[in-house]
Amino acid sequence: MRALRKVPQYAILILLSIVFLMPFLWMLSTSLKGGTDDIFSYPPEFIPKSFHWENYSKVLSMYPWGQFLKNTCLITFISMGATLLSSSMVAFAFARLRFPGREKLFWLVLATMMVPYYTTLIPQYILFTKLGWVNTLKPLIVPNFFGSAFYIFMLRQFFMGIPPELDDSARIDGASTWRVFWTIYLPLAKPAIITVCILQFMSAWSDFIGPLIYLHSEKNYTLTLALNTFRGIHYTDWHYLMAGTMMVSLPSLVLFFFAQNYIIGGISISGMK
Amino acid sequence: MRKLKRSTREAIEGYLFILPWLIGLVVFTVGPIVATLFISCTEWQLFGAPKWVGLANYVRMFNDPLFYQSLKVTLYYTLLSLPLGLAVGLALALLLFQNVKGQSIFRTIFYVPSVVPAVASATIWIWIYNPEFGIFNYILSKFGITGPEWLYSTEWIIPAIAIMGIWGAGSTMVIYLAGLQNIPRMYWEAATVDGASKWQQFWKITLPLLSPTTFFLFVTGLIGSLQTFTAGYIMGGGGGPLNASLFYCLYMYQQGWKWFNMGYASALSWVLSVIIFVLTLFVVKASRSRVQYDLM
Repeated sequence: MRALRKVPQYAILILLSIVFLMPFLWMLSTSLKGGTDDIFSYPPEFIPKSFHWENYSKVLSMYPWGQFLKNTCLITFISMGATLLSSSMVAFAFARLRFPGREKLFWLVLATMMVPYYTTLIPQYILFTKLGWVNTLKPLIVPNFFGSAFYIFMLRQFFMGIPPELDDSARIDGASTWRVFWTIYLPLAKPAIITVCILQFMSAWSDFIGPLIYLHSEKNYTLTLALNTFRGIHYTDWHYLMAGTMMVSLPSLVLFFFAQNYIIGGISISGMK
Repeated sequence: MRKLKRSTREAIEGYLFILPWLIGLVVFTVGPIVATLFISCTEWQLFGAPKWVGLANYVRMFNDPLFYQSLKVTLYYTLLSLPLGLAVGLALALLLFQNVKGQSIFRTIFYVPSVVPAVASATIWIWIYNPEFGIFNYILSKFGITGPEWLYSTEWIIPAIAIMGIWGAGSTMVIYLAGLQNIPRMYWEAATVDGASKWQQFWKITLPLLSPTTFFLFVTGLIGSLQTFTAGYIMGGGGGPLNASLFYCLYMYQQGWKWFNMGYASALSWVLSVIIFVLTLFVVKASRSRVQYDLM
């Protein structure tokens, strides 16, 4: 009887699930259609008349996607390592080392989280122009070596939960501060580190405005930037466009399915500031 | 060599550890904030020396119809999408919070659109909104509604972008779920014993106790939607039709990177920062009496 009371709730959940999945299904279905006759049919057909898996290989041969993938991976993985190392060092100092002005400086970390992205964009662009870095991947990579406020905040929370007795005993054995950080704190913070890596992957992989501003020649394009240009060229070939969109989104989707607990954990923390 | 005192050594080490962030703070945040203020008082095409023009860029802004248009578009979009996103996110969280079987599957389904890159989701939705062959109008036609021209209509493009935003309400849902899990169950149990209906419990217990979460989501959502760019750039094909989707940041981008008016773009960015700061401050002030951390 109690189960029966839940029926409307499940009905709503299932209906909503269909609504939320619809854009994915529509993308997948269009990406497998044969051509303009199939795409521009009314009423729209959800199941293609025949499945044209070759659309995917055709899209791959239309545009140097391999190069774009390489650029995107370079930016994504270097920025991941860079922000992880710098953010965790800074977070460790704020969590465990005593130095004058620590609380005020940490307050400043939190304050920088509120600075709008577009406030600093123009001078940063001018700086990178003067350095001759425009139209290279550097502007999208190098800033990550200087820590990110949100990750510093998150890692600091985690480090503060590690019992300080651990470093005391290591220090009695003569370990340096760097060793305590590197061999005790970093390994213990594995869940937080994985979360940082995944969030950074998602944001670097999806970034659009950064590549749009800094990357001009096609050989430097990232996947998102290339997808937008590709749409400009093939603006009515929706089967190709959807196949391309699918391929650009797939890495994020796959990563999400394997690591969703870390992502959701990280997102939930952001709400507890 | 004299041995340093332990506390002095620790302080030096502390500064060394935060050095990357300190350098970044000066080079990428504080420096640029000061620099935009200077650049906004110049005329500068990026090549050659900047020419000092005083407040001319700010004066120009107040006579620029596109400035007002972009402000209007952005505020209209924020007014539509912010409450809508919060309401849908909360509704999804409440649905999932009531001990449903397969909770994690539903959570995955509602959250997964949030991980799709913005360019990719914009591309998908352009196709969904196709007035003739897209599924959106097809589904509407099943209910006897003739759908509008969506992205080709000056009237409907902003609502269309806001509807697309609901698809990404999963992250709001996740934060609300975390907020719900922090509420002690005894409040609802006590209310049930006292005979309060579900509806009363929602208004008297759940919503007030979620107010810190709502406050956080409102502030971050406000800051985020005032900086909307990608949707207008891609879905409106650069702010169209007839500038109906000329978001503020898109206009700033056009001034800066299409026409290389670095001075004017900087002035625009300053005004945006001030708007964001003032609105945030206003929300913080206004909510002080309304955000409740406990029922007692």
